[in-house]
Amino acid sequence: MDGDAALLLLSDSRLPAGGHAHSGGVEEAVRLGEVTGTGDLARFLRGRLATAGLVTAALAAAACELAAADRELGAGLDPGAPPENGAADGVPLWRRLDAEADARTASPAQREAARTQGRLLLRTARRMWPSAALDTLARAVPEGPHHPVALGAVAASAGCTPRQAALAAAYTSVTGPATAAVRLLGLDPVTVHRLLADLAPALGDTARAACASLDDAVPADGEPDECRAEEHPGRQPGRHAAWRARWRALPGHSAPALDLLAEGHLTNPMKLFVS
Amino acid sequence: MGAHHDDLHDAAEPHGRALRLGIGGPVGSGKTALVAALCRSLGPSLRLGVVTNDIYTTEDADFLRRAGVIDPERILAVQTGCCPHTAIRDDIAANLDAVETLEERFGPLDLVIVESGGDNLTATFSRGLADRQIFVLDVSGGDKVPRKGGPGVTSADLLVVNKTDLAPMVGADLTVMSRDAAAVRDGKPVLFTSIREDKGAHTVAEWVTRMVDAWRREHGEPHRHALPNAAQQAPAS
Repeated sequence: MDGDAALLLLSDSRLPAGGHAHSGGVEEAVRLGEVTGTGDLARFLRGRLATAGLVTAALAAAACELAAADRELGAGLDPGAPPENGAADGVPLWRRLDAEADARTASPAQREAARTQGRLLLRTARRMWPSAALDTLARAVPEGPHHPVALGAVAASAGCTPRQAALAAAYTSVTGPATAAVRLLGLDPVTVHRLLADLAPALGDTARAACASLDDAVPADGEPDECRAEEHPGRQPGRHAAWRARWRALPGHSAPALDLLAEGHLTNPMKLFVS
Repeated sequence: MGAHHDDLHDAAEPHGRALRLGIGGPVGSGKTALVAALCRSLGPSLRLGVVTNDIYTTEDADFLRRAGVIDPERILAVQTGCCPHTAIRDDIAANLDAVETLEERFGPLDLVIVESGGDNLTATFSRGLADRQIFVLDVSGGDKVPRKGGPGVTSADLLVVNKTDLAPMVGADLTVMSRDAAAVRDGKPVLFTSIREDKGAHTVAEWVTRMVDAWRREHGEPHRHALPNAAQQAPAS
């Protein structure tokens, strides 16, 4: 499948996967008077991209690699084969990657929101791009994987590369909040889209940095070249350890203000968005 | 159904699950009152679940909980990010998740009611979310509303015109509303109610009961079964 076209589908705000109901902290920032217009919003989006955006992009790239590895492992196997022959092999790895996302998400409210979005994305994507990797992920984290983990796995199932998965994560980390601000503050939608257009180069940079964080972690005897699915450790003794090593340098940038906004949002009795 | 099955159904596999009933309509027409009335009338005979889509967080869900007509845990609230129609029509993921969560926790259920957030005359439920839908109007919106049509009025399986007790006060002619609704609804039923006076909305409850019975005849007795979101490939034994 053409990864470019799949990337467009995956990052389109019309993708029916529940994303429209999340503001990424913007609703609370508006309530507190922290975001009042396009100037504040521009700073908010830039900060969000540099922190949560980068972390989610890297997690999405990592998940995309893992899903692609699962697919190669599963190739040639009978789809009805018992779980120990391949697909289920991924369960502990998916749990581990999901735990990596947990460890990088300080706010319980954000973890909850990320799992809700991940669960809904997985539900939608399993009908759009059915794959053994998505089934394995659903089985590994039945309460719902973190959104970037789900996004990366879905991207792989749709035929995208890890860099494309990272780009989709970076993109949605700013477009959702931007749309929420348009709805909440009645901002000129063209002005807000100009902000997004100005961020476009930074989105590409974020995706590249996300992939580089994976490659940085490859042991010296590996080949830390480009972020490509072929280069992950594959199935071998110590596969689990090899993947964990690969995830060692995943970024963990924190954004305390976003954490506080997410927690504060939950206490707002008049909230319109889930997060 | 498995991951490799061509699953292009409008809604989740209907066999052996609850009927999903959407209730939509403009703000203030009496949707929540109708849900409460249906819970009162049908609660003794049917296993129920309710999903609400409030504009502001859990207002309607709280109203239902306070009304004491259904176990509060059987009500789930979905937030819609300023776009109630999106959540029932264009992106139904959160509502489906809520419906299946109820079925998972309390199933098997006979009927899951999904109440939309108050919206406009064009807001209808996706067939991927609701198997049947009721559109609720009230007479105080004016007796021209049925004539204006819109997908809610024309396509809902049942049109309910509520607050008939107010008709004389707002100068609404029920005969006109009835005639106009019939003209645009192609024979589909219309019921006039005053839920303030008939707390069980009995005529509507009878219609819903007939729908649930027909659903059960067609798709079998609801039973617990693997849900789409759960792991689908059972280990070979």
